[in-house]
Amino acid sequence: MSEFEFSSGDYREPQITIHSDTREILANARRDIDRYKLHDYFIVDADSHHVELDSWSEILEYIEDPVLRRSGKSMAEIWPNAKNLALSNHPPGLTMQDVGGRIPHQAQLAERVESVAGEPRDLTLVRRAMESMGIAMQIVFPQPMLEIGLHPNPDIENQLIWAYNRWFTERILAQEPRVKSMLALPFNSPEGCLKTIREFGEKPGVVGFLITSQRQAPLFKNEYMPVYRELEERGLPFGFHAGPDYSVGKQMNRFLSVHAMSFVTCNMVHLTNWIINGLPERFPKLKTVWIESGLAWLPFMMQRLDHEYLMRQSEAPLLKRLPSEYMQEMFYTSQPMEATNMKLLESTMEAIHAETQLLYASDWPHWDFDVPGKIAGLPFLSETAKRNILGENARRVFRL
Amino acid sequence: MKHLIAKSGDIAEGGRIVRDVAATTVGVFRVAGQLYAYENTCPHQGGPVCQGLLIPRVEEKLNAARGAEGFRFDETDPRLVCPWHGFEFSLTTGCHPGSAEIRLTAFEVTEEGGMVYVGV
Ligand code: FES
Repeated sequence: MSEFEFSSGDYREPQITIHSDTREILANARRDIDRYKLHDYFIVDADSHHVELDSWSEILEYIEDPVLRRSGKSMAEIWPNAKNLALSNHPPGLTMQDVGGRIPHQAQLAERVESVAGEPRDLTLVRRAMESMGIAMQIVFPQPMLEIGLHPNPDIENQLIWAYNRWFTERILAQEPRVKSMLALPFNSPEGCLKTIREFGEKPGVVGFLITSQRQAPLFKNEYMPVYRELEERGLPFGFHAGPDYSVGKQMNRFLSVHAMSFVTCNMVHLTNWIINGLPERFPKLKTVWIESGLAWLPFMMQRLDHEYLMRQSEAPLLKRLPSEYMQEMFYTSQPMEATNMKLLESTMEAIHAETQLLYASDWPHWDFDVPGKIAGLPFLSETAKRNILGENARRVFRL
Repeated sequence: MKHLIAKSGDIAEGGRIVRDVAATTVGVFRVAGQLYAYENTCPHQGGPVCQGLLIPRVEEKLNAARGAEGFRFDETDPRLVCPWHGFEFSLTTGCHPGSAEIRLTAFEVTEEGGMVYVGV
């Protein structure tokens, strides 16, 4: 027999399941911290998620309308399986995200969490993920609530957004200064949006507001102008958080197709409306942040809108520059960063002025999340660009 | 260097062990009587690929008119699916089915005298 060494290395869990600890699932991300010296960077994760449905019974208590609150609690209590869903519009397609059980962390993080002084367990899970990826600050969003713009009842939508915002600011943001959020606006009610900004705009951890992009919202309507002005005056960025919509699935038969398209098309519509109606000219100091649509759509939009604008300038008279030039002043979160063609990715980053406009985002714990090493390992970025994208741009945009 | 990583009995048919060896982590699998060893680092973003689901390849059957007749499992082609984002690798070749360039790092694995060794 030839010479050999006895291995004394640790045994790892043979298989990662929904019960695995976040720190075990992300153990390989921890190795990137040394490899890329990530502790030398200030890393801000501009888009990550917690599971609000795990705390749904608490959130229902925050509904202000007593009749609706009673209905929600009753529904949660007596309907089978409604405990974590009452009044919500959880879309059935969302349960297809884990590719039939192949990506367990997308389905749930059912790991053991010791209760810490009555904190929601989500806070522990968020801290575990941050620690594993070397993240200093994380901007955290809900999950199914990001589909709330498709709720069939606008009054329930408004009540749920208000309840969730109250719960989140009190139970999560007030407890952990490293966790931040852009809160959703009840966009079907401009007055409700103003009330939301005024109530929550100065709460600890609130760094901006957003609309959940899956909705039929003509954001150019005059009723919304006071909302944009309020955000601009307060220096709060305005986000557009993408999501899936299975209604495009009427023409599509695979979740892959629905996800690939609908996470982008929703923001394509809003971005087109935003620019062509001259909103960047009307609110020049209002920063917009386009969240979770990836990057590959941006050079398409730049070329497409410039091309059409040059021939039909009379339909967009408020513009003083090319659409792509306005886009170069907007902000974008990086995930899911399409990186199958490095040349195209490099050109995209150049086109959008990534060095000053791009914000690293993990989207953890979703199935297509990106670790910080994905930015740190890009061969064509300068050291300054990496530093900016990983955190300094976010520090500036969100005044962290 | 050759490392004694496990006793043969530790890796049953259809089973695996995942263990730190030298400066890395290795997964050793026994499928259809054959041992396979790969580094537990996915070529995509470095995820723990050897800790993923083992599941047969999914194939789509077409009929004579090239119409789709649905999905089924091909039990002859076991796939290892990285739990981070779902990249899928043929266990026998270590390659991603969509691109042979996207492949796992394989290690030599031998079994002698009731012991399993990997060359790392
Ligand atoms: S790291 Fe393995 S699929 Fe992404």
